[in-house]
Amino acid sequence: MAADSALLLGLVEEFVTGQQDSKAEETATGVKNGQFTILQLVEALGLSLTSSEPQTRGRGVQLLSQVLQQCYGNLQESEVEVLVTFYENRLKDHYVIMPHVLEGLKALTKCLVLPPGSAVSILKSVFQDAHVQSLMLAQRSCVYCILINLMDSREEELKGLGSDFVFGFVQSMDGERDPRNLLLAFQIARKIITQGYEMGKFTEEFFEVTSCYFPIDFTPPPNDPHGITQEELILSLRAVLTGSQRFAEYLLPLIVEKLDSDVQSAKVDSLQTLAACGSLYGHKELSEFLPGLWSSLRREVFQTASEKVETAGLSAVSALVASLSRSVLSSDSEDVLHVFLDLILKDCLHHLAEPDLKLVWPSAKILQAASNASYRASLKVMSAVMPSLLEQYNTQTQVSRERQHPDNVLVEFQKPLCSAVFSALAESSAGLQITATRLLTSLGKQSGEVSNDVPLLLLLLVKSVLANHFCSLSSSLAVMECCGALAYIYPEAFAMRMVPRLKEAIFSAVRRRCVTALASVSSQPSLVQESVPVLLQILTSAHTGMGNSFSSDEVTSVCHSLQRIAEQAGQDPEVGQIFHDIVIPRLLGLAIQAALQGETLSHWPAHQVHYASLMASRAVRLFLDGDVSFLPENAFPSNLQLLKVNSCYQTRTVCLLMACVCSLPRSVEIPEVDRLLVELEELSFTCLHPFSYTSAAKCFAGLINKRPEGRTIKTLLLRYHPLSTSLTDKLFSLLGDSELASHAADGFYLLMSDSPDVLNRGCHANVRIMYRQRFFAENSAKLVQSFNSARKAAYLKALSHMVNNLPKQVQLTELPALLPLLLEALSCPDQGVQLSTLSCLQPVLLDPPAALTTQLDGLVARLLALNSSPSMKVRIASLRCILALSHLPDHLVLPFRAKILQALAVPLDDKKRLVRKEAVLARGEWFLLGNPGR
Amino acid sequence: MSGGTRLENANPLVFQRSGERLLTATDEDENVADPIDDREIFDLIRSINDPEHPLSLEELNVVEQLRVNVNDQDSTVAVEFTPTIPHCSMATLIGLSIKVKLLRSLPGRFKIDVHITPGTHASEDAVNKQLADKERVAAALENSQLLEVVNQCLSSRAM
Repeated sequence: MAADSALLLGLVEEFVTGQQDSKAEETATGVKNGQFTILQLVEALGLSLTSSEPQTRGRGVQLLSQVLQQCYGNLQESEVEVLVTFYENRLKDHYVIMPHVLEGLKALTKCLVLPPGSAVSILKSVFQDAHVQSLMLAQRSCVYCILINLMDSREEELKGLGSDFVFGFVQSMDGERDPRNLLLAFQIARKIITQGYEMGKFTEEFFEVTSCYFPIDFTPPPNDPHGITQEELILSLRAVLTGSQRFAEYLLPLIVEKLDSDVQSAKVDSLQTLAACGSLYGHKELSEFLPGLWSSLRREVFQTASEKVETAGLSAVSALVASLSRSVLSSDSEDVLHVFLDLILKDCLHHLAEPDLKLVWPSAKILQAASNASYRASLKVMSAVMPSLLEQYNTQTQVSRERQHPDNVLVEFQKPLCSAVFSALAESSAGLQITATRLLTSLGKQSGEVSNDVPLLLLLLVKSVLANHFCSLSSSLAVMECCGALAYIYPEAFAMRMVPRLKEAIFSAVRRRCVTALASVSSQPSLVQESVPVLLQILTSAHTGMGNSFSSDEVTSVCHSLQRIAEQAGQDPEVGQIFHDIVIPRLLGLAIQAALQGETLSHWPAHQVHYASLMASRAVRLFLDGDVSFLPENAFPSNLQLLKVNSCYQTRTVCLLMACVCSLPRSVEIPEVDRLLVELEELSFTCLHPFSYTSAAKCFAGLINKRPEGRTIKTLLLRYHPLSTSLTDKLFSLLGDSELASHAADGFYLLMSDSPDVLNRGCHANVRIMYRQRFFAENSAKLVQSFNSARKAAYLKALSHMVNNLPKQVQLTELPALLPLLLEALSCPDQGVQLSTLSCLQPVLLDPPAALTTQLDGLVARLLALNSSPSMKVRIASLRCILALSHLPDHLVLPFRAKILQALAVPLDDKKRLVRKEAVLARGEWFLLGNPGR
Repeated sequence: MSGGTRLENANPLVFQRSGERLLTATDEDENVADPIDDREIFDLIRSINDPEHPLSLEELNVVEQLRVNVNDQDSTVAVEFTPTIPHCSMATLIGLSIKVKLLRSLPGRFKIDVHITPGTHASEDAVNKQLADKERVAAALENSQLLEVVNQCLSSRAM
């Protein structure tokens, strides 16, 4: 024990007079271990604490405070009581001691055993003896922390202080300038409001001391280590200002005043704050200020050039209307909601009557914002707006912009609105039709609204689908979308009324649109049941030659539509059943018949077979999750023989085989797979018809991918199979070959890119994650290594193919190493390489890695050189890269400005318009660089 | 309307924008030279922002395609613009923006003439004279405040 106290004295001595800061840590450890008690420490400190030198006293208190910071959890209540009294007295001491005293108090306020009454006495002493704003930054922060700690643990006691607490706080934070401390202060202010501390006569002072920071204008210093953003400050201040209804009388005039500011961020902040008030304030708080607020809001929305201000203004209008609609009225007050809406209507309504003038838009937006806020508001706004809109519509047929009101409560106006929509549909202006169909879609989605009119509606839709004037792409898209949305809700009505009509029309001139319409309505099984046979009928008649009038395009679009239906259906088992029972057998039958008829079927071209196969593969995928047994008897026997016949028309069907076989889940066993493989291999090497042999090779690859063991490297690569490396090496050696080099380089493209029909996850292929990254990691080094050999071009091509297909994140990490090579690739004469490299550079330039900055010189020179490439695609791509360069930090690119502006004058006179367009864009941006008003 | 500056013409007529130029097969053909035509010039200037409104010159009908005249072979361009009101104080600024845009976007061989549609502005002659004077245009662009406003009109603002 005696040894311990000697040790303690030694530690104290070394800390206080020896100025060894590390001794505090040792002392704290001693206290934590139970080697010394706090009391012993205070005794040991005795001399230093009573020294006449303020520095020595400070050092003593510092040691005690630092120990307390680590050991506050171990203290007894009696110890805390003594320490609190000690520290309170020290607050009156010399100013050099103050920082350590506050640290100590902060540690003590974290004690769970803080005796009753201490919280109040600590606060009183702090408020009385520490003049917070004359303290240093760190000590002010300490005071705020003391407040926060006490508010967390001793709320009841502090409330006993009454409004004195708020007064003390107001005095402490008055004049605070540091953003870190402000965040703490706002946090305390927010607690004062939400936990209901008494503010009494200090309400206005409390508001003043916080609102003087509004609106916050804060730019974090560069390399800010604290990471405080303006956004954080704004939000925490807003939470304080909008936290209490008692601030309304001060806050609302302040907002009106700040809205007059010329600073855009101040306007936006004010408007957002106003919107935030909406959730708490009622008519009592708002009514007095409504005219002033409205005139400011109106000005902001009507006159602003900034979308941000407009959006903020509109949401403020919504928030105000919503809060007015919510508030409970007393019997003698007038309905402030109506007063406010009257103000709005008075200023906005007459603008709606002049639909060609600019203010019609902001007016309509304000009215929408108001009516979307609440049911009552929308009733009022609608009753005022709709008659005038409808009247306008009836008088001016070409008015095309008015129906902008996707409202939720339209019950009363349903009839006139529907008739307006219907007559709008019959109009010939495309814009009007689109608006009308959109409105119809939204009406339809609120089920029940139009259900009475469904028959009429369908009639109109059918008309629109069939009508010739509905030919513009966007309007027919809108109609299709509308059909799709409504068909989902009213499948029976569509099945009964629409599908038969479309069926009748299918042999007319507009069959293309009928087919698309059929596909878009087929979202429910009952509709699929109706529409699919119609589509199949078209295929049959096209095939039997009965409808010689069907062009191959049209047949393709039928296949497309079937494919779309299959995709829409997702996992729906009923639709899967329909496809299994009806569609797939018919399709396969048709395709094989067509193939056997051979050359006569000139209207059954390759790309169409391709679609059919895609469709089949989707269908199979869709279906097979339920049932796997159908395939062998359906697909194989007929196809296997087809493989042997050496007519290219028949071998084409191999892609159908591929579609079916390769989409199977891995668990499905394929019969006679070995024989199939042999035949496919033979076909892929012997057949001269490109479509057939690639299909066969793909099919082969697809099968191998799924074999339990086991043309293409890609298959193996996807599984990380060891064999793949040797095959890749073979490909590498081909790169050195003078004739095959280019093809081999293209092989890398095949390896790295996704193919849509086989070997993707959708086809249940065995795709290992990150196979691209892995392949890249293994092989890029080899490429770079052999780069210096003779056949540069091929290697560069291979490299740029590889980089192009890598995910962006990987590109960014790999880029620094590859950048010199890519730059080299830019000066490679092969246009394909140039294009592929440029397209991989451009996205990188938008978010450039640091490595790029050192290479800028070379990059700029090479890009400018490519501007005179004979290929327009290369010229366009290089100009896009130059445009992207202009977004780099000014100091990096400004040195190039003059040179680039001069160089870009040349492509301004390019013979191709598309090139000139890119040149204009790039040159315009470079002109703005480093200039005012950018 | 209290606060803020009052606009000269707060509620102008708004016109519909024309769509993007449609691509034709010859546009993609390497071997065909596309001459610079009226529509191309119009596409250059139609998206210039109005100095007062968040609208483009096309939407305010200040510029129209039929008031653009280009002759690629003679290397001449003539653009007429129509201020929204006869006393518009922004006319010179708008004209200057059009001129600067064309100077930056056209090959150097072109002679560029920007003037007010005859009979649509009170001080038509004075404005035309200013716009035609090379030295005054150059001097105006030395003024950094003026350059800032012009650049704002020309920047592709994200609306």
